[in-house]
Amino acid sequence: MDSALATTDPNMPETEVYGEHEHVALPQHRHHFETEEQQREAGSFGMWLFLLTEIMFFGGMFFAYLLYRNWYYPAFVAASNQLSVPIGTANTAILITSGFCMAVGVWAAEVRKRTLLVVMLILTTVFGVAFLGFKYDEYHEKYELHHIPGNNFNVSMFTNPAAYGLKEDPLPPDMAQKTQIFFFLYFAMTGMHALHMIIGIALLFWLTWRAHRGDFSSGYVAPIENFGLYWHFVDIVWIFLFPLLYLINRHPMH
Amino acid sequence: MAHAGIHTDANDPLNVTNPEHAQHHIVTPLQYTFVYLTLLVCTGITAGAAYVDLGWANPVIALAIACFKAVIVILFFMHVAYQSRLIKMTIGAGFFIFLVLVTMTMTDYISRAWGLW
Repeated sequence: MDSALATTDPNMPETEVYGEHEHVALPQHRHHFETEEQQREAGSFGMWLFLLTEIMFFGGMFFAYLLYRNWYYPAFVAASNQLSVPIGTANTAILITSGFCMAVGVWAAEVRKRTLLVVMLILTTVFGVAFLGFKYDEYHEKYELHHIPGNNFNVSMFTNPAAYGLKEDPLPPDMAQKTQIFFFLYFAMTGMHALHMIIGIALLFWLTWRAHRGDFSSGYVAPIENFGLYWHFVDIVWIFLFPLLYLINRHPMH
Repeated sequence: MAHAGIHTDANDPLNVTNPEHAQHHIVTPLQYTFVYLTLLVCTGITAGAAYVDLGWANPVIALAIACFKAVIVILFFMHVAYQSRLIKMTIGAGFFIFLVLVTMTMTDYISRAWGLW
């Protein structure tokens, strides 16, 4: 009985399986994968399954937007025109730049350039934080204008735009109330997007520290690659949010 | 040990012994730069086009550009162009199911008291 136990002990040299897999080079290569490629693909596949659940999650909010935009189009136009296109455009460019840095970072990890990887991860973080900074500024402006849905929401800018120097058509009071739905969706969608970015930035700190330690410059790229997929997914959400929220109808009545 | 002879080479060029395992491809920084510039140009076009009155075509153009941007991000930044068919099919199926869900939900809303809430 003692000998039977001894032969199943994975630490015993006679049952050591690594010897059969002469291609195993990395300590992080799990023994249940036949090859490194298989392990890599399984990892990407799992990450994509997660991202597909994220698409469904954001998709629900995009559907709500589609529905209410069609129902309350005048309110959506008036409310959308209160968002800043220059800030929105700049933020789109900033986020794309952040994504580009992340992509180059993945390349740096592939070709095992540790310093470049660390620099690219830091740049990714910096642009991500810049995006959130602009976003904070926009939220703060909405707070001051009482354009956050709820008890303190103020519709006067939409019922009487001339008093605010706006060249918009005044909305009837019931339709003006529907601007709250636009702002609710605006805060829900950009807020969930921002939450994803905050989580991403927290992960970036951790990855940067590990990259600096040299974890990802000896052929082990999976965490960088999978985080890159996540970060680009967050970019894609914004690529749709920007035109849908900021650019509904920027040329009314003229 | 039963697997010892099956998989001959991790980089089997014809994918014969291991057809589901795509060969690993590294996208170069030059490719990333082209994608990046394309994305920036598209962002500019989207913002500019919003100020031109094109009637019903405005949202269509905005969405078409957004979809184009998303596709090149997925294909190149996210390396899907170089992934295995398994991954490509899975992603395609995910987007397809999303469209099915949107269509079916919208069918429900359209068929009762549209806009009366």
